[in-house]
Amino acid sequence: MSENFEPRIVAFCCQYCSYSAADLAGSMRLSYPPNVKVVLVPCTGRVDPLHILRTIEDGADGVCVAGCLEGDCHFLEGNFKAKKRVAYVQRILHEAGVEDARVRMFNIAASDGPGFAEAARMMTETIRALGPNPLSTKTEKMSEEL
Amino acid sequence: MIIAERKPIKELLEMLVGHDHVLLVGCKGCVTVCNAGGVREVGVLASALRIARRRQGRPIGIDEMTLDRQCEPEFISWLEEPLREKGYTAVMSAACSVGPQYIAERFDRVAVMPALNTKFIGGTLEHGVWAEFCRACGNCGIHNFGGLCPITRCSKGLLHGPCAGSSGSKCEVRPEVDCIWHLIYQRMKNLGQIEKLKALKPAKDWSGYWSGGVRRVVREDLTL
Repeated sequence: MSENFEPRIVAFCCQYCSYSAADLAGSMRLSYPPNVKVVLVPCTGRVDPLHILRTIEDGADGVCVAGCLEGDCHFLEGNFKAKKRVAYVQRILHEAGVEDARVRMFNIAASDGPGFAEAARMMTETIRALGPNPLSTKTEKMSEEL
Repeated sequence: MIIAERKPIKELLEMLVGHDHVLLVGCKGCVTVCNAGGVREVGVLASALRIARRRQGRPIGIDEMTLDRQCEPEFISWLEEPLREKGYTAVMSAACSVGPQYIAERFDRVAVMPALNTKFIGGTLEHGVWAEFCRACGNCGIHNFGGLCPITRCSKGLLHGPCAGSSGSKCEVRPEVDCIWHLIYQRMKNLGQIEKLKALKPAKDWSGYWSGGVRRVVREDLTL
């Protein structure tokens, strides 16, 4: 693994909680790794297994789905659906020979800016330990560009 | 509907050895309803197979297409153009086993593989859970049993009441399964037809089931 490897992580964030938490983390001037690229979704229940798989297929080193705390979903159970779908994608990735830890679900409250920063750190460290996505031939080049 | 489920990726990869350009064909019929082979599942499977092959260092091109139904030759013919123009060496069918068989009969120079295991004729118990309801025995008699099928839903296929293993209204073979004879009794009681259950049933005519070769249904009024 290259010492210069900087993971590229895509985070599907629910607009009601984790996206607000990411916003708050910024407002609080909290420092966290810049590797996480946020995609705003109306609810993590909107995240389809295909979104995650295609993201990995297209070369992201990791994907996280970040929803509300369990029981706090604006749409009641979107985050529970997301949790199951993340587990489903992890099984598929495992079958396909890719580390399932590259995909992970987080639950972060809107008021938890530090929680988002911690999740970003945790995910970045996990992916850093795993190394670049083996599917991405451009990983090294892109990492250098980051 | 026909219930099917995806084969393990490992098994599918073994089928794909030697192929680098494949068409994965889904079906918008039963296997879409049971989330095994519709547009979305075809997308997920294609992605998973591409990822797996890239991991093996042998990338594969997998295009996706989903037919309205694969159990009718009319729709299978939609494959003619892509097969002629794209030069696929194989077609993987995400349908019940009728689909790949029809594709194989129609196109004799392309390898055909089943992506799914066809399980049974069933229905949805809850979202994501399916169970067998019909064994297609060819001679339906559920009117004698309150509209419920003991041939399929009794683990022992009994026609004259529950076995001695039934306990607490559950099956002794599969404790999570309701004893269908318990349900039949309740239904017949509600219908005021308990007496009907006492009647001796003649031996079932199984000739319409696993005998006499391939079964066929002909509707003269519909044939051309």
